[in-house]
Amino acid sequence: MTLAVASGKGGTGKTTIATNLAMVAAEKYGQVTLLDCDVEEPNSHIFIKGTKIKEEIVNIKIPEVDESICTECGACSNFCQYNAIMSLKGKPVVFKEMCHSCGGCTLVCQPKAIHEVDHRIGLINFYSLGKINLIDGLLDVGSPLSPPLIGAVKKLEGKDTLNIIDAPPGTSCPVIEAIKDADYIILVTEPTPFGLNDLVLAVEVSRKLNKKFAVAINRVGSGDDRVHRYCKDENIPIILEIPDDRRIAELYSNGKTILDNLPEYRKSFEEVLTKIGVVIQNGQ
Amino acid sequence: MKVAFTSQGDNLDSEFDQRFGRAMYFIIYDTETNESQTLENMAGVESAHGAGISAAKKLVDAKVEALVTGNCGPNAFNVLAGNDIKIYLSNSKTVREAIEELNGGRLQISNSPTKGGHWR
Repeated sequence: MTLAVASGKGGTGKTTIATNLAMVAAEKYGQVTLLDCDVEEPNSHIFIKGTKIKEEIVNIKIPEVDESICTECGACSNFCQYNAIMSLKGKPVVFKEMCHSCGGCTLVCQPKAIHEVDHRIGLINFYSLGKINLIDGLLDVGSPLSPPLIGAVKKLEGKDTLNIIDAPPGTSCPVIEAIKDADYIILVTEPTPFGLNDLVLAVEVSRKLNKKFAVAINRVGSGDDRVHRYCKDENIPIILEIPDDRRIAELYSNGKTILDNLPEYRKSFEEVLTKIGVVIQNGQ
Repeated sequence: MKVAFTSQGDNLDSEFDQRFGRAMYFIIYDTETNESQTLENMAGVESAHGAGISAAKKLVDAKVEALVTGNCGPNAFNVLAGNDIKIYLSNSKTVREAIEELNGGRLQISNSPTKGGHWR
């Protein structure tokens, strides 16, 4: 089963919740795979201090044109919706950063002058800490397309382990890619107007994807009660509330987990997994 | 010399557009004959990605020799420069004003993109 931790807004505590849940789950249920899909800035490894086992390079396919075969017909450039291949004075030019690797240009090219070549977009790192396998994607600087890398990380989900996905912030393509196959989504928010605004968007996305989801509220007490009222009005369960506790912020800034250092919060993380387990089993 | 001006409308008195790729129109003005014509840029305006690239291709196909706009990103710059199209920068209010600036020799040629790509 796969549990995704997402949030409309950055900086709300996805990594805090994903890493602490992974630790609880490893203690209670055995093997856990934590997939850090926040590929522009993966930081779960700061908290799960595992041993790095290996790394793998991730490539996407981009077109390359053999000019000796090209008839300069322009079909490739007419086809490409992303303007990644463009006929200039007849000659096709590839803009590799624009390419979404659909392969369409190779299909429409009648003389078969286009073939695909590898283009590196990032790395996948593998770490191990006890019963936790941490896998993170790290997008290369300057590479604009994170969904293919997120997809590559997700392919490494454990078949017989619990999988926890630390999703990127926001509600756009990278997030959809990260959460679309999850069995359950935890939407992390904070009780502020910004938190609520982005939570509403994240709820819409989760509903569109037809997902079971619940809300986790971080820094409870720092803002107002609008997030709580919204969840009540919309009938959305609040599965976890973390108070606005300075000690948690200090732990976070030192790369430490709540679970190891503030035992009073352990129970609430354990309950999250129990509640989700019940929901999944009963198909609610 | 055929020069393209980025414009929000279809005539010389239209508002000059600071954007290149997503400008609604290009007003193509001939500095020798003083004549102008309008080129639509709907494909650029509506393209999801690479508006600058498709707009630059449009100007290459229209065989203009120079462009006057407000900003030009790296991909568009490379296409334009690679096809020997000069890029002048202006922050005029109207297309007519930008033409006067060009004719009066008050515009500088840009030797580099003015902005990073949107994905950077």
